[in-house]
Amino acid sequence: MSTQTMTRPTTNYVVRDSVTMLRRNLLHWVRYPSLAIMLVAQPIAFLLLFVYVFGGTMGAGLPGVSGGDRSDYLVFITPGILIMAVASVALGTAIEVAMDMTGGIIARFRTMDIAKVSVLTGHVLGAVAKTLLAVAVTLAFAMLLGYRSEAGLVDWLTAFALLVLMAFAMTWLTVGMGLAADSVETASNTPIFLVMLPFLSSGFVPTEEMPWGLRQFAEHQPFTPMIDSLRAVTSGADPGMDLWLALGWCVLIAAIGYLWSRRLFTKVPTK
Amino acid sequence: MLCMTRNTAISVAGLHKRYGDNEVLKGVDLEVPEGTVYALLGPNGSGKTTAVNIMTTLLTPDAGEIRVAGYDVQRESDGVRRSIGVTGQFSAIDEFHTGRENLKLMADLNHLDRRRAPAVIDDLLERFELADAAERRAQTYSGGMKRRLDLAMTLIGSPRLIFLDEPTTGLDPRSRRELWQIVREQIADGVTVLLTTQYLDEADQLAHRVGVLDGGRIIAEGSPSQLKSQVPGGHVEVQFNDAVRLAEVAAVLPEATADPESLTLRMANEGVASLRWLLDRLDDDAVAGLTVQSPDLDDVFLALTGHAAQNQEESRDGNDEEKTTEAVR
Repeated sequence: MSTQTMTRPTTNYVVRDSVTMLRRNLLHWVRYPSLAIMLVAQPIAFLLLFVYVFGGTMGAGLPGVSGGDRSDYLVFITPGILIMAVASVALGTAIEVAMDMTGGIIARFRTMDIAKVSVLTGHVLGAVAKTLLAVAVTLAFAMLLGYRSEAGLVDWLTAFALLVLMAFAMTWLTVGMGLAADSVETASNTPIFLVMLPFLSSGFVPTEEMPWGLRQFAEHQPFTPMIDSLRAVTSGADPGMDLWLALGWCVLIAAIGYLWSRRLFTKVPTK
Repeated sequence: MLCMTRNTAISVAGLHKRYGDNEVLKGVDLEVPEGTVYALLGPNGSGKTTAVNIMTTLLTPDAGEIRVAGYDVQRESDGVRRSIGVTGQFSAIDEFHTGRENLKLMADLNHLDRRRAPAVIDDLLERFELADAAERRAQTYSGGMKRRLDLAMTLIGSPRLIFLDEPTTGLDPRSRRELWQIVREQIADGVTVLLTTQYLDEADQLAHRVGVLDGGRIIAEGSPSQLKSQVPGGHVEVQFNDAVRLAEVAAVLPEATADPESLTLRMANEGVASLRWLLDRLDDDAVAGLTVQSPDLDDVFLALTGHAAQNQEESRDGNDEEKTTEAVR
């Protein structure tokens, strides 16, 4: 029977199809830059707000820094702001995926002999590339405001690797949200908690200052070890246990997001 | 496929599909030999798109044995996908890409040789009269251009079996004829085509065999001329001036259908004798106009089912569309 002679493993094309889909995804950003601009502007707006509105008072209250000021606070919040940039791009991915799902082209992809998951990996790889861009722009902005780091090249490479891993994990989760959403509006709302969670972490104030219940939450939620290890790495210090915790969270979130998204996408609908 | 005497491109037996309480397909059987064109003819909501979505692996059937290009649609869906090209009812192009970029995307996904692809793309752009618009975003294309691009994207992988779901719905007459021409070229190349349509003339123009789908069943099947022979004369439509006179005439003509809203009376045209008989029953001052139409889908439906091919229930009309977006998720 022809089944035998014609069957070839589709997996051979996972990489090629993913690259094709990545190119498609990046081209969307070039052709439709307003979403990209909004997402990159968001962390920068928070940076300006926190440094110039709250920075003076907050800097003075930082523990372990006597006579802290606005520039000390800038150093303190930069890791949190960078992670907000990651979350912000991840949120954009949920919107992009949902927009994609409303168009007829996905039906076309589904009737083609392509590596199915490549439709999603294109979005994830695209998001990682955009995250690097967003992080670089945000960091440049922070430096413009006076941010300086004592960390060396290896530390910064570690920091970027960590940010890429976070982008990877958060994006698989938001891809799932984009697939699960019944409209583009829903897709733009559900991931908002990702942008809000850094506020309830060690990102903007030390957790010791928080009331007991909130402090428990802040100290045990995934963003805190991510921000703490990023803060340690970017100041040339040893992140210690936090780095392992952060890596663990990233792997866990990526695995859940990937399996969830794949299930949502590859299941042949019965209705 | 080697073991079969006559190669069958599509075979569907006992296909059932329901959405909740709504049984959309109630046992569809059809067979399409390789190199032929089969048209599924029916109004909105008759289950055409559902049937196509199942044959193209977008949707699972509730029951039935469906083989496409020799592969079982559920167990060997990859084989099916490898063998088919699909142009759905809704535009399946990337609006942010240019025409050329859309074709490039499809060339890549069909794993075409990278050196050969540009020539193939140029040729398609030329043949589909999109060369001038090749560098423009597909967003800016007219309906006819989008449909041509859509079809070009389907054909770039040279599939031997293509599905066209209402390929000309919403197109102006000129774009329709252009699209027909493109489809005819494919047919000449020996490609097997299954298309759905609401128009008898489209089936007439393109198909070797037509299946009339109504209420989830194929109620008639045959060549276009066989179907039309059931309604040789088409129909006569009489436009009345007032509802009272319409009702009076309708009362003595039980085989005619009266539409009080548009003040029209419609009856089958069975030749000159019957026309004369009708004219004898009409007063000069009661009639605003009279037209004799060649057979269309409504006539076929009326002849086959005894009811007009109206979109079946308002709710089901929108349903087909809804289900497609569902299937897309």
